[in-house]
Amino acid sequence: MLYNEPSPLEVKILTRRFGLENSQSLDTYLATDGFAGFRKALDMTPDQVIDEVKASNLRGRGGAGFPAGMKWGFVPRDSPKPKYIVVNADEGEPGTCKDRVLMENDPHQLIEGMLIAARAVGAQAGYIYIRGEYRYIIDIMDRAIAEEYERGYLGRNILGSGMDFDVYTHTGAGSYECGEESALLESLEGKRGQPRIRPPFPAVAGAFQCPTVLNNVETFCAVPAIFRDGAAAFADLGPPRNGGTRLFALSGHINKPGVYELPMGFNLLRMIQEVGGGIRGGGKLKAVIPGGSSCPVLRAEECDLSMDFDSVAKAGSMLGSGGVIVMDETTDMVKLAVRIMQFYQHESCGWCVPCREGTLWLEKVLTRVDNGGGRPSDINLIDELARNMLGRTFCPLGDAAAMPTISLVQKFRDEFEERLPKSVPAGDPRLVVVG
Amino acid sequence: MTFSTALEAKFEKLLNSYPPGRKRAALIPMLLFAQDEVGAITGEVVNEIAGRLEITPLQIDEVVTYYSMLHREPRGKHNIQVCTNVSCLLVGGAELLEHAERKLGIRRGESTADGQFSLEEVECMGACSWAPALQVNYDFHHFVSPEKLDRLIDGLRKAH
Ligand SMILES: Cc1cc2nc3c(=O)[nH]c(=O)nc-3n(C[C@H](O)[C@H](O)[C@H](O)COP(=O)(O)O)c2cc1C
Ligand code: FES
Repeated sequence: MLYNEPSPLEVKILTRRFGLENSQSLDTYLATDGFAGFRKALDMTPDQVIDEVKASNLRGRGGAGFPAGMKWGFVPRDSPKPKYIVVNADEGEPGTCKDRVLMENDPHQLIEGMLIAARAVGAQAGYIYIRGEYRYIIDIMDRAIAEEYERGYLGRNILGSGMDFDVYTHTGAGSYECGEESALLESLEGKRGQPRIRPPFPAVAGAFQCPTVLNNVETFCAVPAIFRDGAAAFADLGPPRNGGTRLFALSGHINKPGVYELPMGFNLLRMIQEVGGGIRGGGKLKAVIPGGSSCPVLRAEECDLSMDFDSVAKAGSMLGSGGVIVMDETTDMVKLAVRIMQFYQHESCGWCVPCREGTLWLEKVLTRVDNGGGRPSDINLIDELARNMLGRTFCPLGDAAAMPTISLVQKFRDEFEERLPKSVPAGDPRLVVVG
Repeated sequence: MTFSTALEAKFEKLLNSYPPGRKRAALIPMLLFAQDEVGAITGEVVNEIAGRLEITPLQIDEVVTYYSMLHREPRGKHNIQVCTNVSCLLVGGAELLEHAERKLGIRRGESTADGQFSLEEVECMGACSWAPALQVNYDFHHFVSPEKLDRLIDGLRKAH
């Protein structure tokens, strides 16, 4: 089902079957070039498959934007261990809701992407790790998998090629941290979602300590088109080093929030105005979080920006998971900072001290500032605590909590200062009551 | 303890989904699916699954306390989970949760005396572009206004 009207500005590569009758069925999939990419991949050597993905400039859609072909190339194909494909369908980054529609509307595209990855690295089984809240998606994927077994697209000797591949769904049970790749792999083994120390990376020791390709849903979903239409066609959709399209999830204060597939590098202001229908109620844009709540906030004047990994990084933020959170001038940035920190505090797995204690302390200080009970030194304290978390945790959840916080204090400091009690002049150290 | 045949079939499929010697991998799906049927992760459920997976009840406790969807106490028959994370917050998620508290006469984290409803404040559920959003058990509801919530709750009340 589609939950928002498509936009005429969309470039439909991954979403091309959205809205077709029975878009979940294998028949619809096959009637619309389904498995054309996989058939081509079957005629290629594993190295050629990996090179094709490299040439497409496909970068990971889960957050970090790591080149997918390069990641596949790290898998030691001569290892005697079994190799696995793992799909990250945990989709927990606030502001992000695109993997859900990709699986709901075109489940076979995801499986074809997994098959091509399996062909590239010699994997014999794959797991789709789906967040527990997406129960109906598990049913959709299970039906799609069953259909493919029946028709010979999964199982033994697939399409007479001699290749074997099994796919299983696996459910999470409510944990943002389990979207982090190494915590996900722990969770897949039936344990608490605590990150693993890397190296070794999943390519070498992933699922069940075996070589593993782990990518986001959208990353795998882009793969069939790369083989069907050619790597060059895919790369050409976006600016250099940023191939293809992206499913942007627009949310917040806009007239037409929704998930839209746009070419990589689409201008952010245009996205808000022309795709999202502009700010609701004719209001004025104040700020945007461009890639899910872990990303530094951009002020309105920073939003004339090409939405690709490199340009957004240059602007001091991240393209992240493609969750574009739009805020108008009524937005209370202190409240926003509090809510963001509550989330990371709640989701911190508690394994490493800077993250567990840092998020808790930050939540307390931010909350007291918001409630009007802040101390003049609190604003610098927030900044310092957040900076002290950066890069000092086993997994990037600490960074994810710190980065938006640092940017909010830096860019909207006046709003934090206004919230301090008026009787104590902000910044006068003699008046600070210690305790 | 016994489970329905549908659940047993799910368990059997799960136990065939992982490499040899990796039975424990089935733990989290088994717990969640068992909870859906039984209503909570009771001591009996823990012991049963521990036996089947050949792990200790303590190893299961460690997992149950980690995952926010797993719980020891039953929720209401209709568990209303309101998202108040950023995208929902910006368009009224927090007010929606307060409205739900008034409408149901309970606070977040509580259940109604008749066991029909429980209310939870939850984190992002992957419906940000169609916010504010909530789930009743596993069913998503998008663009939920206070009026829409009233109608939803009234409808669920009438259904029994
Ligand atoms: C705290 C945390 C949560 C994450 N959650 C997700 C998630 O829900 N989905 C996802 O695909 N990646 C998530 N990631 C990123 C993964 O660790 C990993 O980089 C990604 O799945 C790799 O796939 P890609 O290269 O295709 O992007 C998360 C990372 C962190 C640090
Ligand atoms: S923020 Fe509410 S569903 Fe994502």
